[in-house]
Amino acid sequence: MTAINAIEVNHLTKKFGEKTVVDDISFNVRQGEVFGLLGPNGAGKTTTLRMMTTLLKADAGQVKIFGHDTVKEGRLARSMFGLTGQYASVDEDISARENLMIFSRLNGLSRQDAKQRTTELLSEFSLENSADKALKNFSGGMRRRLDLAVSLITRPTLIFLDEPTTGLDPRTRNQMWDTIRRLVKQGSTVVLTTQYLDEADQLADNLAIIDHGKVVKMGTPAELKQQIGGTKLNFTVSHTAQVAQAVKLLADQVTGTIQQVGQQLSMSLAQVTQLTQILATLKQAKINIDHLSVKEPSLDDVFMNLTIGKN
Amino acid sequence: MDVRMHKGNVFMNTATMAYRNLLKTIHNPDNFMDVIIQPVLFMLMFGYLFGGAIAGGVQAYLPTIVPGILIQTMLSAGSGSGAQIREDLDSGVFDRFKSLPMAHIAPLAGQLFADSLRLLIATVTSLTTGYLMGWRPGVGFGWIVAIGLLAIVTGWALSWVFALMGLLAKSAGAVNSASLMTMLVLSFMSNAFVPLHSLTKPLRVIANLNPVTYVITAIRQILATGSWTHEALLVLVVDVVIVAIFAPLAVWAYDRN
Repeated sequence: MTAINAIEVNHLTKKFGEKTVVDDISFNVRQGEVFGLLGPNGAGKTTTLRMMTTLLKADAGQVKIFGHDTVKEGRLARSMFGLTGQYASVDEDISARENLMIFSRLNGLSRQDAKQRTTELLSEFSLENSADKALKNFSGGMRRRLDLAVSLITRPTLIFLDEPTTGLDPRTRNQMWDTIRRLVKQGSTVVLTTQYLDEADQLADNLAIIDHGKVVKMGTPAELKQQIGGTKLNFTVSHTAQVAQAVKLLADQVTGTIQQVGQQLSMSLAQVTQLTQILATLKQAKINIDHLSVKEPSLDDVFMNLTIGKN
Repeated sequence: MDVRMHKGNVFMNTATMAYRNLLKTIHNPDNFMDVIIQPVLFMLMFGYLFGGAIAGGVQAYLPTIVPGILIQTMLSAGSGSGAQIREDLDSGVFDRFKSLPMAHIAPLAGQLFADSLRLLIATVTSLTTGYLMGWRPGVGFGWIVAIGLLAIVTGWALSWVFALMGLLAKSAGAVNSASLMTMLVLSFMSNAFVPLHSLTKPLRVIANLNPVTYVITAIRQILATGSWTHEALLVLVVDVVIVAIFAPLAVWAYDRN
């Protein structure tokens, strides 16, 4: 059996009044992969996701989930995915257990099955100890975990996560990443939106970078970083007299130009392993350096690079 | 465990949503305060302030005002449902309800069924306050229950109108002010507090067009005669018609949201 795409998005467009928020977006999501929609605030990520999950009607274009059109076969398409929204979409006034029970019943589980699934999910997401407390007393992380647990009641093979870690502290964020990885290992397809390149890099197999409602770039995280020149190396040459010599020696080794500000040099590395070679060259020429730093490209860099000259 | 998916059932979905809304109200008993305080306050204020002026005494005024305030309380309890629906829609949880394969009327009907508990509390409070102030209807307890049920059914039917207002409004605040206006106009431009013959001609025409007048008249007739009347039947028919019109409109507005 040839695998059909989990999602096919074709020429999706949405206007709010005069403003085109999503502008002719097309992409495919393969089964079993993590697909990231990366972009700054207001780029159109959430609007795209809301159209994919039938929460918002598209002005033009089409979304197919496992081959089913989300407009013509809305109910069927809706039964095939789980969604975790950007704002915790659970009931604040009732407990975690009650939330899971109610959503299980609404998903069509019998009372017996609902009870069992609730117990399973509470333990899977380490929420047993707070199961009967009102959500008002929950931390942000617990709320997100419950939210995700609710999305997984029917064990959907496709899961949408809208900015799953925005606002979480680093420890809770790592827990969330582990949970997402576990889902993928179990065979789920995950579509997530994020504004952190770091997160996309950690989780996504494929990325679409969205800006001003358009897909500006698609590819794997590695490809995208490569395109913007990869890792940045910065260091300061200790003696002013040696700066010119250093630039001359390294010019052949790095792709792109070496930027020079006073004694400070900065250059792009195609691969981090180049660093050893650079340091060896400098040592051989007896050029001393200090304040060395190696920086992974940030989302800011990606955007600067992709949108430069366009605006 | 294998998760079996039943096809979404309208009644089961609605029952689950009603259970959810009941849980929400029970976890927040504050939600009952308005339907308890308002009828008590209004009954006392209106009875003792206007009783003498309108009917020559509190006792003589009670048969007029008890049905009047009962229906006024139904209107304001019903308008609470509209605001609640708006508030719910603005919270993230409705996104999830919409993304679930369930009947679209279930979240709305569930809310309104759960809110009939509010209507029941409001009815019991209104009638009890009247009784404590000296209201002694000359009919059996069965008829008191009957008018209570008539009031609740009417309140429930009208809450579909408020639900539609809630779905069309921009914010819970907007729903509240719009429904407060509606509630005030409907309850005061009727025979709830004053006899119709005391009104000027244009006002009497408006009061006679006001559906609230018919409900109150029907209730007063039952209380005065101790028998079921055509007016009461008409009120029930109109209630059914209101639900038949406004429930589909509300679902349409919900889908549009």
